[in-house]
Amino acid sequence: MAKPKEKYKVPVLDGKIPIPKIVPGAFAYEHMIGAQEEDMRALGFPAKLQDGWKEKAIGVFKEILDHNKAVRDYMDICVRCGACTDKCQFFLGTADPNNMPVQRQELMRKVYRYYFTPSGFFKTLSNSQELTEEVLKDWYTYYYQCSECRRCSLFCPYGIDTAEITMAARHIMDSIGLGHKYATEVIHKVYKTGNNIGIPPLALRRTLDDLEEEMNEESGKDVKIPMDVEGAEVLLVPPSADFFAMPHMESLKGYAKVFHKAGISYTVSSYASEAGNFGMFLGSYKNAKEINKRIWDDARRLKVKRVIMGECGHAWRAAYNYSNTMNGPFDFLDSKYKQPTHICDFTLGLVKDGVIKLDPSANDDKVVTFHDSCMIARSSRIGDFAGGQFVIPRELIKAAANKFVELRVGTTKEKTFCCGGGGSLLAEEVMNVRIAGAMPRMQTIKEAVDNHGVNFCACICAICKTQFTKMFPIYGFDAEMVGGIHQLVSNAILM
Amino acid sequence: MASFDYNGKTIETDDEGYLQNLVDWDKGLAEVLAEQEGVELTDKHWKLIEWIRDYFQKYQVAPAIKSLAREVMKLENLPDKKEANRFVYELFPEGPAKQLAKIAGLPKPTGCV
Repeated sequence: MAKPKEKYKVPVLDGKIPIPKIVPGAFAYEHMIGAQEEDMRALGFPAKLQDGWKEKAIGVFKEILDHNKAVRDYMDICVRCGACTDKCQFFLGTADPNNMPVQRQELMRKVYRYYFTPSGFFKTLSNSQELTEEVLKDWYTYYYQCSECRRCSLFCPYGIDTAEITMAARHIMDSIGLGHKYATEVIHKVYKTGNNIGIPPLALRRTLDDLEEEMNEESGKDVKIPMDVEGAEVLLVPPSADFFAMPHMESLKGYAKVFHKAGISYTVSSYASEAGNFGMFLGSYKNAKEINKRIWDDARRLKVKRVIMGECGHAWRAAYNYSNTMNGPFDFLDSKYKQPTHICDFTLGLVKDGVIKLDPSANDDKVVTFHDSCMIARSSRIGDFAGGQFVIPRELIKAAANKFVELRVGTTKEKTFCCGGGGSLLAEEVMNVRIAGAMPRMQTIKEAVDNHGVNFCACICAICKTQFTKMFPIYGFDAEMVGGIHQLVSNAILM
Repeated sequence: MASFDYNGKTIETDDEGYLQNLVDWDKGLAEVLAEQEGVELTDKHWKLIEWIRDYFQKYQVAPAIKSLAREVMKLENLPDKKEANRFVYELFPEGPAKQLAKIAGLPKPTGCV
């Protein structure tokens, strides 16, 4: 009837993750599609690249160095030890040396040396480089082959965080009118409709009605997903993919059943209908703050006591790490609760207190594994104790399913690989970057499938879910193996 | 931005082939867009295209995947959503969000989808 549109080059899976022999420029051809002018304006950036961009770029670079001490230090302290070189999934997958973290940093560092160090003028001596169109082109290519996952920083003896450098580079590019379409369009939609997808209130209500009907049919219970209800105890903020895509919507059903069974009143918001914060991906403090503000403005307006975030990796980082300094303090909320709370922490607490009961045998058809999302594993914490972000999701999985298998040691918890689609790389046009970046994780999935019969990969990030739903079939696995922890909860909860 | 000629008119699309001006859409143009996607339109395709366009007109966004599946269950008398999803992917192999939306003249879905 119809034929598949594209063919991709897909690595063969044999369970191994070898260090590739470098191929200079192997992925130099990959590019994000340029931003639309109206989106750039809406975000407060110049609509397009204009005369005088070079001076402007160096000016913004200087501002970053003056205000972000971490970035300034990262420019100076690398000793070229090479510990990071084979730690990036995009280097392992592409073999392009510019995807080695040290080389990715060097793209910016050589420009730093030229403009901001005394010996910079002597190019050969200091290995410095003026910001030319050619250099800018490299930035646009390779700072969009980094998912800001921070795996490399874990192995760097100096703790240099390439994600901060990538964010700085992206911010400099946006500030001179060189933006990309994917994230700028998404942020513009948040400003227009409250969420990344562009779901207006009427459509959101219709979707929730359909979902309520489905839950009624399945469980025989009158499970509701209230919207814009003033005076509810909890404001629930899921990533908007939970309102739209699969398997994400299965987790939304899980959250709804938990609230129903626990008898805790809650509401979603049509104004803050997005947990995600793409402003952070762009390294744009102003936009990140503006997006984050919507959640707290509506929490205040709806007079809720607490805010709970759904299954979304970078949303949790943005909410947990940055909310308080960006838009806090949240003294209008109930101080009994953590602000904000992760949905896994909330649900596991209810299970432990005996408020809700899970029957793990409901998931006996599944052998479950867990993919730690980088933004939660390496950039934040869940719960009240060190390592809670590793323990709490696993405990919740084990409460909801009997068969659980860990992925390969050295690729879990803080050492997790990125799914290959984070940091705004989830765009169609860079599919080959996404396939290459997913390779290391897919090798470990292959191993888990072959040796342990794993048939369900639980995630707590909307990006991981979308990326894997695309990658699993490309690599020869069933897309339905991918799902959320609250999808397991949804199956297992005794109603 | 890209463009192509259709019935003596220049049709503008974005870089991924989605119509820039949604009012350009008509049934003949849908055939052209489908051909670009390698999809041959049958009555079953048309039923979904018409439903999704009505939905978009009312709600200003494409339907959630479960809402689409519900509709397909009704239209095609299928037993469950799994069957309905399989049916949709058989018609539009690249998926409803991407391929069905494009051929129906809707904008590209954005975000983590």
